[in-house]
Amino acid sequence: MTTLPASTNKKLGLVIDLDTCVGCHACVVNCKEWNTSGYGAALSDQDPYGANPSGAWLNRIHTFEVTPEKPKGQGVGEVIGTAGEARVVHFPKSCLHCEDAPCVTVCPTGASYKREEDGIVLVDEDMCIGCGLCAWSCAYGAREMDQAAGVMKKCTLCIDRIYNEQLEEIDRQPACVRTCPARARHFGDLGDPNSDVSILVKERGGFDLMPEQGNKPVNKYLPPHPRTDLGSGPASSVEESTDDAGGLLGWIDRALSGSANNKGVN
Amino acid sequence: MHPALSVIAFTSLSGAGYGLAFVLALGHGNPGATSTKIAWFIALALITLGLLSSLLHLGNPQRAWRALSQWRSSWLSREGCFALIAYGPLSLLAAMSIFGDSFNLFLGYVAGILCIITVFCTAMIYASLRTIPSWNTRWTPATYLMFALTSGTLIYMSFFGRAAGTDSNVIWVYLSMVFLILAWLIKFMWKRNAVEAGYGKSTMETATGLGGIGQVRLLERPHAMANYLTNEMGFRIARKHADKLWRIALLCGLALPLVLLAISLVMGRAGTLFQVLATVSFLAGVFVDRWLFFATAKHAVSLYYGGDEALAPAE
Repeated sequence: MTTLPASTNKKLGLVIDLDTCVGCHACVVNCKEWNTSGYGAALSDQDPYGANPSGAWLNRIHTFEVTPEKPKGQGVGEVIGTAGEARVVHFPKSCLHCEDAPCVTVCPTGASYKREEDGIVLVDEDMCIGCGLCAWSCAYGAREMDQAAGVMKKCTLCIDRIYNEQLEEIDRQPACVRTCPARARHFGDLGDPNSDVSILVKERGGFDLMPEQGNKPVNKYLPPHPRTDLGSGPASSVEESTDDAGGLLGWIDRALSGSANNKGVN
Repeated sequence: MHPALSVIAFTSLSGAGYGLAFVLALGHGNPGATSTKIAWFIALALITLGLLSSLLHLGNPQRAWRALSQWRSSWLSREGCFALIAYGPLSLLAAMSIFGDSFNLFLGYVAGILCIITVFCTAMIYASLRTIPSWNTRWTPATYLMFALTSGTLIYMSFFGRAAGTDSNVIWVYLSMVFLILAWLIKFMWKRNAVEAGYGKSTMETATGLGGIGQVRLLERPHAMANYLTNEMGFRIARKHADKLWRIALLCGLALPLVLLAISLVMGRAGTLFQVLATVSFLAGVFVDRWLFFATAKHAVSLYYGGDEALAPAE
């Protein structure tokens, strides 16, 4: 059924920290690794060792450069960015499990659906005709057609891990979250205001991607932290000076300066 | 957006088919005349060809029947449902004309309304997508409906208007000219809106949520080669030649048909040839225009790939 549930009991989703993500692509690789042998058809690659490789992936990392025009968020010696100095932000992107998911309502077959119990958006691959309209309706590029199976693939929030009692409890979270070496990805119930992820979002000022599209994404992103201003302060205003050198270093400085002067070298 | 030939053929052929069926369903053409019988056959053939070609771009066409189930929420499903429902009265009317030389006006009105609804649903598949602001406007269904009507009128006029015998051919020529101008006027409004629409309110700053820091630029893509997303949403070959192709569409779709139709009025019996040429030229113009409709559409996901600057390279 491709009508959306009026509300979901839980809002399972991810919180992605753009401050700590180092862009290593470990989550991307582990996602492919787990999901190619997990829920649904394998994530196929086309021409994987040839000249023009491509394939279906459920999670991808873009890297952006953000350049402030003027210093912003000025604190005590800390700014979110220095005018003209680019900040590099690694940006992981997978399905945001939107509350108002257009990919679900456009589906003509009922293959796309949002689960009432936990809010996960899934594709029933036996029903999918591979028309691609859901991918057209997704602003985030979260859905990719598997070229071999002819069905739409998307993040399942590792539904075959998070409820899997065969796994150790610590492994019952999405593969991307479990593998992230920088702890930049967090998994939990964003519908529960007291959950760890909800508190994290509140404390760090988590935000939605493209709120103007009206999709009400569940996944949230945490902004980069402010950092020391590169344009002022001691860290960046060091000039070469030996004026206040004392002790042994001062003696060496004087001795070397003197010998240079004695030889008449400039 | 990637202009898949199957989808362009689907929308323009089925549009022309429903347009012609609409004209016939309103009772034009002597049901006993051979040309009317051929007209009914051509209308149904165009509709069927269009619908079949839409199945070509499916990953699993054998499950296409499932697409009839979600009419509550999906315009694509509604399109499928109404296309099937419309087949009922349309094939009945066609059979009445072909085998019984007869016509039923009530059935005709039902069929006519179903033709309009089906074309409207086709347009709404595209017009309902918030991710593509140039499509997400009421001008999209307006252009689809008007182009379908104009296609149908031109085909009817050029092939059957005279021979079918119930109407004066001259009236159909004038009607075609009016529809031609109206159709392109609506298209012009659509295009003006599309140019302004761009990515709508979305920018690379809203897409990344990093606008609070400063201006965002793509430093590195997630993947070295093209993928489904860049091929499907980031198409830009036509954008390079969009202005030229738009002029070709206007020339084939508007200017030439008008001139040819005007000539046909003074050519007597040979005028039919010019009317056929006008129709063929218009349909070619529609095809180019439909290609541009897809190829120049900007999809929000492009913003994650650098917006206009960094889309899939033209090959």
